[in-house]
Amino acid sequence: MIIAIASGKGGTGKTTVAAALVKVWDRPVQAVDLDVEEPNLALYLKPELTGREISMMEIPLADQDKCTACGACSEICQFKAISVLGEYILTFPEMCHGCGGCLAVCPEGALSPDTRELGEVLWGWAGEIDFLMGRLRVGEAMSPPLMRAAKKRLDSSRDVIIDAPPGVSCPAVNAVKDTDVIVLVTEPTPFGFYDLKLAREAFTPIGAPMGVVINRTGIGDKGVYDYCHATGLPILLEIPYDRQVAEAYSRGEVIVDALPEYQNMFLELSSRIRDLADRRMKEARYA
Amino acid sequence: MPEITILSGKGGTGKTSLTAAFAHLASNHILCDLDVDAPDLHLILKPENEYLEEFFSGHEAIIDQTLCTGCGECIERCHFDAIKETPDGLVVDQLACEGCKVCVHFCPADAIEFPMRRCGQWYLSKTRFGPLVHAQLFPGEENSGLLVSLLRQQARGMAEKEGYDLILSDGAPGIGCPVISSLSGTDLAVIVTEPTPSGTHDLDRVVDLCEHFKIPVAVIINKYDINLDQVRTIENFCQDHHLNLVGKLPYDHAFTEAMVQVQTITEYQASGLADEVRKIWTRVETLARLKKAA
Repeated sequence: MIIAIASGKGGTGKTTVAAALVKVWDRPVQAVDLDVEEPNLALYLKPELTGREISMMEIPLADQDKCTACGACSEICQFKAISVLGEYILTFPEMCHGCGGCLAVCPEGALSPDTRELGEVLWGWAGEIDFLMGRLRVGEAMSPPLMRAAKKRLDSSRDVIIDAPPGVSCPAVNAVKDTDVIVLVTEPTPFGFYDLKLAREAFTPIGAPMGVVINRTGIGDKGVYDYCHATGLPILLEIPYDRQVAEAYSRGEVIVDALPEYQNMFLELSSRIRDLADRRMKEARYA
Repeated sequence: MPEITILSGKGGTGKTSLTAAFAHLASNHILCDLDVDAPDLHLILKPENEYLEEFFSGHEAIIDQTLCTGCGECIERCHFDAIKETPDGLVVDQLACEGCKVCVHFCPADAIEFPMRRCGQWYLSKTRFGPLVHAQLFPGEENSGLLVSLLRQQARGMAEKEGYDLILSDGAPGIGCPVISSLSGTDLAVIVTEPTPSGTHDLDRVVDLCEHFKIPVAVIINKYDINLDQVRTIENFCQDHHLNLVGKLPYDHAFTEAMVQVQTITEYQASGLADEVRKIWTRVETLARLKKAA
């Protein structure tokens, strides 16, 4: 079972929830940080990293001597990563998406595959928890290919809990697709509400059941609750506004360790998540 | 005409609430919401849209089932695993398709169409604090630096034409493509951080990015009183990197309460934070004008 912890926006408590959930999960679990721009799960789970792989992407390398400046490469490139200026061929590796089009169309064999570094995939153990993360190189703009590289190391023999990137654009969708349950973390404020609507809209086509964790309840307004009731989004857990939670987080502690009274709450969350996944599997069987 | 961009690396640090407050305090300025993925500034500013334009970026591949012979050449060629075999024939998974055109080019049956991709909308609006340039990307679309650049261009053009002398932008979170686009050519990046391990980690990464692009940086620590040890770490970090620490704000519900009232923290009567935010703004503005002059 693969579970994604997502949020329409940052700062709602996604990492707080993901870290607490893996800590109380009572089956073998892999914790995966796919928020590759800002991976923060390791700061809380503090895994011992045992492996590292630099993730590379294929980009074209031009051979000026072979190039006849025919322009076929720049014509197919949709990302302005290659262009022919007079007799010269210029490549812009940072713009390249690695589609291989230019290499495939060049009639002279003037382009050969080179690579650029996207970032790294790191893994290790936090006690019994199998840990995996991607970390984008600073200055690199393309996170989905790095996420794909990290996803190749998902352990299918364990339950997988993914800390997804914030937002609802392509990296977030990439992180939550192919998951069995999507948990949306939000807060009961106008910002939280607006971003929750976007998240539900973005992730509905994926087809996985979704549930909501409302963080910092007791502040804000009713918008998020009304929306969940109106759309049938189940509220899986409410985490009260509690300054102790913010303080534990600021010390790099996972709340179920720092504040044991939260353990039952997260155990309850894990069983509700499993119910959502089971219900879906049953529905699939009868469909 | 300086451009100030508010960033955070990590979300939820109070970037948008502070941008809105600065919008209230600044004068003769244009506002820009560059977080096109999850824009929230409009929730406080309640803009009246005066102009709307569709945003198209790139193309999408669509297989015409009446022409497709199912040869699978496109599957072989696609580097993004975007083409799937289904009972209805070969279908492009639009969430995975990057619009690279390789399948279109190599399809022996000419069965793949390649229309423009409609990715979102952008708007010019009026707010109680001046004009706002903003956008909404459609969910699931590539969080395009292109859309961010377009907003900044619009803001710049309008500022020059209509004589505004400051551009204030709410930047995108993270350090990827949209953030890089929101930074290029800005005169001062104001980074709002919080004293948590994630906050300091992300501060480190976003400062790295600003240094990479040689953008001057000012730092604001929000929620400073939740962890004074971490605050010292951030202060030392700022000193080591020669960053201007322009202010600290306590953890306060007033930010949320003001938001619920659709007000900025500086408009919200019940808040005692207004004076401190005013001081911070004065420092930010002075710094931006100094950097611009330099």
